[in-house]
Amino acid sequence: MKKNKWLPYLFVAPYLIHFVVFVAFPVCFSLFLTFHKWNIISPVEFVGTTNYSRMFNDRMFWKAILNTLKFLVIHIPLQLIFALALAEFLNRKIKLQGFYRAAFFLPVIVSGVVVTILWQQLLAFDSGIINRLLVNIGFGKVGWLVDPDIAMGSIAVMATWKNVGLYVILFLVGLQTVPPSYYEAAEIEGASHWQKFRHITLPLINPTIFMVVILSTIGGFSLFIEPYIMTGGGPLNSTLSSVLYIYKQAFQYYHMGYSATLGFFFALLILSVIIIQKKYIETND
Amino acid sequence: MINMKKILIYIFLSLAAISFLYPFYWMIVASLSPESEIGGLTFLPTEFTLDSYIQMFSKIPLGRALVNSIFVATLTTGGVIVFSSMVGYALSLMEFKGRNIIFYIIIFTMTLPFQITLIPNYITMVKLNLVDTYAALVLPFLLNSFAILLFRQAFIGMPKSLIDAARMDGCSDIRILYQVLFPNIIPTVVIVGILTFMNSWNEVLWALIVIRDENLMTMPQMVTLFSVGGRAESQLGVKLASAVLLALPIMLAYSFFQKYFIQSMASSGLKE
Repeated sequence: MKKNKWLPYLFVAPYLIHFVVFVAFPVCFSLFLTFHKWNIISPVEFVGTTNYSRMFNDRMFWKAILNTLKFLVIHIPLQLIFALALAEFLNRKIKLQGFYRAAFFLPVIVSGVVVTILWQQLLAFDSGIINRLLVNIGFGKVGWLVDPDIAMGSIAVMATWKNVGLYVILFLVGLQTVPPSYYEAAEIEGASHWQKFRHITLPLINPTIFMVVILSTIGGFSLFIEPYIMTGGGPLNSTLSSVLYIYKQAFQYYHMGYSATLGFFFALLILSVIIIQKKYIETND
Repeated sequence: MINMKKILIYIFLSLAAISFLYPFYWMIVASLSPESEIGGLTFLPTEFTLDSYIQMFSKIPLGRALVNSIFVATLTTGGVIVFSSMVGYALSLMEFKGRNIIFYIIIFTMTLPFQITLIPNYITMVKLNLVDTYAALVLPFLLNSFAILLFRQAFIGMPKSLIDAARMDGCSDIRILYQVLFPNIIPTVVIVGILTFMNSWNEVLWALIVIRDENLMTMPQMVTLFSVGGRAESQLGVKLASAVLLALPIMLAYSFFQKYFIQSMASSGLKE
């Protein structure tokens, strides 16, 4: 049989070229940039570890990390609770199951731009439908997007609304892998609904929980278009996210070296947070 | 007692469904209402008007952006299907030195956060003179690790006899891949197609970075800049109208291929 020795390499060549140009080179170049100052137009200037020391002394940088943590602390529990509850209810013998699933999933497929513009109106201080509802039932208006203490929370709730449908589906897949015989055995022992959920369901869907936590974490660190459209990072930088800060450093001030340093550091941070979560969740059950 | 519980579940699920559907309903109705009515709108508009849409089209070339979006998303999707299936084929059905290394590189690439490559990739675009070209919107997305893994998985599941028989008949690898195997892995092609098209359609950060020329902007970028910049002149109606038109194509596709959308997205979450 004749075999072309080079054919397999021809097949993977597009990937290898793509990998070198868009992954390997940028990662190396990114490391290079962290030791340099550059605005693309003038020559590259070596600055040693200035970018790093600047980053650790940059209050905006710490603010962006704090904001991301704030987002995650609200977003992850909300996401887990609502997705699990909806999936658990959908997993029973329910009429219209397909309709409910399709409805929950709608925000997932729609562009974040649409969701953000929509929620900006719903949360508007004067004309927003949520504040109008609050006023009608006798409460005061809430500054959802204008109060620095609340704005990031509002964005976290909106992000939950957008993504929860995906996690409902993932949990549904997870729930269906639990063998019914486990529940039957527990019922014979007289276990309550809650006990069955706590001691059978939860441990068995642990991998799904882990995945939801990780995907939400990555989502939190990737947050960009929501604050970009809704608040521009304000009020008082309370919704300045990591990626928005990279974007501003790079494309408002043309600090390529510094923004690459931020990107490099955030990437490391994401990876370490995920490793910690993995350790924690895996030893927890 | 049991019925009571069931009713509560239905109430909970219905409230949830309303909370997901009503905002979209409100957005569409608001975009069709006169500007002065939007502030008080809750359920039914007092009168229908296309005013917001007419005004919006006079301010931004959204039609052009729609064509750009379709062009970019279609090209990207086609490229991903062709290239990723080739790599997936090589990794699963061909023997060659370095196969495992490439496989591990692909896995590694999937875990790499995009924040690290964002700025260098922009500089690459500048240096290659690709800023403000369609190529800038397509090239970085032409290959996708996840799509490669999906294709590899699909090809591994193919019966060996099918491939051997085709080889006996003297089929080349290209023909085995696209004529013999492709018809058997349509579900994978659909999943990769939907995911890629949707991601490309909704991509906005990269577009904001590499495109400044209005004639090349995709829909999400144009709608974003319209909403953030001053051109909407703080009129809600026109902003919402642009958002409705941005959502419409994907919503239409979703209403026809709902099952596939949900399947695709579910599989994208099951990376591990």
